[in-house]
Amino acid sequence: MATVRINGQSRTIDGPDDTTLLWAIRDMAGLTGTKYGCGAGLCGACTVHVDGKAVRSCLSTVGEVAGKDVTTIEGLSADGNHPVQVAWREYNVPQCGFCQAGQIMQAAAILQEKPDLTDDEILEGMSGNICRCGCYERIVAAVRHVSTGS
Amino acid sequence: MLHYLEQAMSDAPKQRAPELEFANVSRRSFLTIAATGFAVAAFTTQAGAFARYKTGGDFMPHGIRYDPKIFVSIDADGTVTIVAHRAEMGTGSRTSLPMVLADEMGADWSRVNIVQAEGDEPKYGNQDTDGSRSMRHHIQSMRQMGASVRHMLVQAAAKKWGVDAGSVTVGVHEISSGGRKAGFGDLAADAMALDVPAFEDLTFLTEDQFRYIGKGNISITDLHDITTGKAVYGADVSLPGMKFAAIARPPAVGSKPIRYDATATFKVPGVEKVLGLQISNFPAKFAPLGGIAVIASNTDAAIKGRDALEIEWAEGPHSGYNSKAFTEEMRATAKKPGAVLRAEGDAKAAFDGAAKVFARDYSQAHMAHAMMEPPVAVANVANGKAEIWAPVQSPFGTRGDLAGALNMPIEDVTVNVTLLGGGFGRKSKCDFAIEAAQLSQRIGAPVKVQWTREDDIRHSFYHTTSVERIEVALDADNKVTGWRHNSVAPSILSTFAPDSGHQFFIESGMGHIDMPFDIPNISVENGAAMAHTRIGWFRSVSNIPRAWAVQSFVAELASEMGRDHKDLLMEMIGPDRLLDPPKQGFPENFWDYGEVYDEYPIDTARLKNVLAIAADKAGWGRDLPAGEGLGLAVHRSFVTYVATAARVKIIDGKITVPEMHMAVDCGFAANPERIRSQMEGAAVMGMTTAMHSGITYENGAVTQSNFHDYPMIRSDNYPQKVHTHVVPHGFEVHAAGVGEPGVPPVPPAIANAVFAATGKRLRDLPFGDTV
Ligand code: FES
Ligand code: FES
Repeated sequence: MATVRINGQSRTIDGPDDTTLLWAIRDMAGLTGTKYGCGAGLCGACTVHVDGKAVRSCLSTVGEVAGKDVTTIEGLSADGNHPVQVAWREYNVPQCGFCQAGQIMQAAAILQEKPDLTDDEILEGMSGNICRCGCYERIVAAVRHVSTGS
Repeated sequence: MLHYLEQAMSDAPKQRAPELEFANVSRRSFLTIAATGFAVAAFTTQAGAFARYKTGGDFMPHGIRYDPKIFVSIDADGTVTIVAHRAEMGTGSRTSLPMVLADEMGADWSRVNIVQAEGDEPKYGNQDTDGSRSMRHHIQSMRQMGASVRHMLVQAAAKKWGVDAGSVTVGVHEISSGGRKAGFGDLAADAMALDVPAFEDLTFLTEDQFRYIGKGNISITDLHDITTGKAVYGADVSLPGMKFAAIARPPAVGSKPIRYDATATFKVPGVEKVLGLQISNFPAKFAPLGGIAVIASNTDAAIKGRDALEIEWAEGPHSGYNSKAFTEEMRATAKKPGAVLRAEGDAKAAFDGAAKVFARDYSQAHMAHAMMEPPVAVANVANGKAEIWAPVQSPFGTRGDLAGALNMPIEDVTVNVTLLGGGFGRKSKCDFAIEAAQLSQRIGAPVKVQWTREDDIRHSFYHTTSVERIEVALDADNKVTGWRHNSVAPSILSTFAPDSGHQFFIESGMGHIDMPFDIPNISVENGAAMAHTRIGWFRSVSNIPRAWAVQSFVAELASEMGRDHKDLLMEMIGPDRLLDPPKQGFPENFWDYGEVYDEYPIDTARLKNVLAIAADKAGWGRDLPAGEGLGLAVHRSFVTYVATAARVKIIDGKITVPEMHMAVDCGFAANPERIRSQMEGAAVMGMTTAMHSGITYENGAVTQSNFHDYPMIRSDNYPQKVHTHVVPHGFEVHAAGVGEPGVPPVPPAIANAVFAATGKRLRDLPFGDTV
């Protein structure tokens, strides 16, 4: 039984400390924006922020994040208008959309760390996130837009 | 797809007869119309605005509905609600079809709501979302229903105001006559109470009046929800009292557990039950594979409990499947004469008299779809009724299969369609929904079945594996006088019925029989190969290996002859013409994607046009720095024409693709923005297919398991700039789909570019990312 702060709200997770953070978020906290894609840290669909850093929630446990701040796509911005979300809409990035919460959380985290990313840094920073629909060109364009305004 | 399998399994010729008959009738009437110079003007009051044409949609189960009262409702506040009856898996059809309707009715898109239809084909018409058919089959009905509502609003206004309908005009979301004005909402109740007008009484917008159709100026309807995490996919459905299940399925299809030990499983907190499930072997359509299910109070516990099971599996009917050896068997088969599917001229004489014969073979491994959302479904079977929430491409097909599996009348089964986190053909097969429903029925509680990525990669309905052998006869002047193409691949049919190992008519219609080259002597052949795993359809289906072979072969031939690839390809396609199937030796059951051939004939001018566009835009013929190369490929599939020009750059032996040009002719382009996104996506999936997508088998079990050994293209190496060139057409050139046609030309274009850059020829898919 661990207490985790998700999107600013304290939640008691009814399960052992080694409960996978992803499933605690989805099944126990009922926040379904964070997705399961591989369960092995290989796709980035489950990306959330822990104390502001991008983390693969499928590889974390609730015990590891106890007392820390977990942010999911639902909590990225109060009105859904984080600059990354806005850029995603401007570039019509998604196709099926399933990977996009993870992509957005990853993009927001790397931009937070370094607001003016070079193209190489964008490609490298986003390379852990798979989009099977193949939206990479628009993903990169949207991140570049937030980063450099172009 | 399913529909055709059912045709193929029953007495095929008898089943197909109506379609063939219709094809002949239509051919005659088409010729008559062309000869007399009429458009089908009798159908429209605005000549040219909308001449109706026949599509294969009429031959699909339950056909097409034209009743706006089923698809449209208008609230008193003016909100227009439009039903999306096709599944949304990323192509945008959930937006694009309602957009067509909304434009034609005069609605303001910002006041349109979309609701997803449950699986109910008797009500909505065909809902089987595959075959790149949504826009192709439904654009006309969407226009007609939109025009009907507009007409009804006008009639209601005229009646209410006591004016002549001719004086009433429709603006955006409003109606006026003289000084009078009303919003759609004000007239909704009166309008929707009127009878639906006949097609002949309707007026249609002219193309210059379109606000959304053909413009690409609206975003997908789920964009905001997707970017805020609110969009609902299969796994996002939750029911009170719901249990979570993960299933250990047999490593080789049909293997049975000899014994299992669940001690460790029950030590996982949250695990509640372990249940044995009946093992199935193909052909069993979409019957679940069976295995051992772990039921738990959350997904984490279900997966951990499942992974903790110790199971000893018996050898099964397919435990001897080793894909490497199998490919070599297919290679040997391809060298022998196969069953002849198309015979034009005298191929034997051409080869006997050839000055030279040039032959190559090309292979492809199995592929798993690996859509980002693995299979998942939620079911509640209680009180003699079943309700399912699932990301399925064919909700009504799913409903029928569920009714069968649960032994319930179909009326008692409801299938709600969530968004699909990718589909690519995998989610046409509803085994995962059946698993959830059967478990719910057994334990008497709602159940969510979640597949892990490992489950998805190891227990799919796989894209077939193949060897394609092409031989040409050349005369003394190096002219191609004969063509022999033997395609060897286990058939999708094997999943549905005991089969002979031969391809069935739709597989043969995808880039094999319909080879468009102008060669006098042609033999299209098919050698047998039996399936040893579940074979299913994967986006673009057989077009992938066929385009891979044909488009690589022509490039090889060009290099053998010392000729320019594009010149030779253009020359082989030959003069502008519509292929004439009977004259060119096509079989009677030739399948033109289920369409009436004369409505969507194979048009070499359109094929050459996209090739010319892609080549020109890429700067074909220009000098490139060392280590770079351009490659071309062109292919018609799903009645859409796509050419790819890929530029590769080899960096320290790694193949990168800085630029790709996709030229697409899909007839009238209803939503160019989503056409572009499909081409960009196809470039990526084509590159993944080319380099990485290989499922292999050892002793009947899939060797790969997750994205580390079944990799995907990522942002560190992707087609960095994809230029999409959409060939413009008026509405009279029938709109076709774009979900699948973008993929097939991509792998050969990349391989041809690698050859141009390095001189190394790649013939086996996947070929890896290094040379
Ligand atoms: S689900 Fe966590 S990285 Fe794929
Ligand atoms: S949009 Fe479908 S996986 Fe990225």
